[in-house]
Amino acid sequence: MKNTGALAALAVNFLILSLMAFGGANAVIPEMQRQAVEIQHWMTGSQFAALFAIAQAAPGPNVMVVTLVGWQVAGVLGAIVATAAMMGPSWVVTFAVFRVWDKFKYQPWCMTIQNGLAPVTVGFVASSAFLLARDADHDTITFVLTAATAAVAYWTRINPLWVFAGAAVLGIVGVV
Amino acid sequence: MTAEVQKAESAAAQSPGLWDLFLHFMLISAVAFGGVLPWARRKLVDDRRWLSEREFLDTLALCQFLPGPNIVNLSIAVGARFRGFPGSVAAFLGILGLPCIVVLVFGALYSRYGNLPEVGGGLLAVSAAAAGMILAMAGKIATPLLRRRPVEAAPIIVAVFVAVALLRLPLPWVLVTAAPVSIGISWWRRP
Repeated sequence: MKNTGALAALAVNFLILSLMAFGGANAVIPEMQRQAVEIQHWMTGSQFAALFAIAQAAPGPNVMVVTLVGWQVAGVLGAIVATAAMMGPSWVVTFAVFRVWDKFKYQPWCMTIQNGLAPVTVGFVASSAFLLARDADHDTITFVLTAATAAVAYWTRINPLWVFAGAAVLGIVGVV
Repeated sequence: MTAEVQKAESAAAQSPGLWDLFLHFMLISAVAFGGVLPWARRKLVDDRRWLSEREFLDTLALCQFLPGPNIVNLSIAVGARFRGFPGSVAAFLGILGLPCIVVLVFGALYSRYGNLPEVGGGLLAVSAAAAGMILAMAGKIATPLLRRRPVEAAPIIVAVFVAVALLRLPLPWVLVTAAPVSIGISWWRRP
């Protein structure tokens, strides 16, 4: 059966990608694209780019691009298989590590490791803010949108969803 | 402050049950435009107070070293911390269930309406706002860390930023280089 073969290929591909996804799903996007477009010929490069844009635009983790790839290849069943394969291995690893970690986290050596990892993580988050802003802010209005959202989220208790709603309206009416 | 908010705050002081974990991670995913982590921080630290600012940063830092999307790992870790195995399943299903459905609906809509210029403008504006949201989160998690350990943390934050944002070095390489150095500094300057 062709469909069973497609589902198996999805499962194997995403099980492997799952264990390579250190530092988040974005780290494996290039490899995912290579597999889907060049190796498996599931779709064209521009189809993959469109799926990635949809995953970015929809609320929720960007890793949802995996769900869309599965859907494109084998419908709803494909979406479920791909998502489960992508999440399963990292789920097991994370669960096991945190069960152990939470037992020891107040030990001096654990505190040392946490104190060491924390600034690295802050650096990563700051970097992704910079890179996202660089891609999105190509005129004064988008720059102001970025700055306004940052200011509201940092200094006020106003729900930033209002800023997002305002931004979307500005975009739709053609100001942005 | 209304009675409702006060009630919500006193309820939040208790440790969350399975339903709370599922519900609130689902609520995070439902509003999480342009990246989930800032919305998760807002919910877990500011609204529900399940984690302190420091606990959030420590948990996220460890999640970066494990395979898989950070936000999914974070949900598993938080669920497991409060309610063990069932808790991690509840939080995991909460963070992924709704987005799975929504993204497929978006996919179907996009294949019909994706070429409209309004859609493109809306997406661009939202991604500009999303960058601001992540910028604010960087500020929020950095503030207590820089207050607590300014001398140790600041050079590492700057070095990682230069490596990832300006030099565009691959993330895994920065991770395996910066982490041992930073842990070494933290050991050398331990309290």
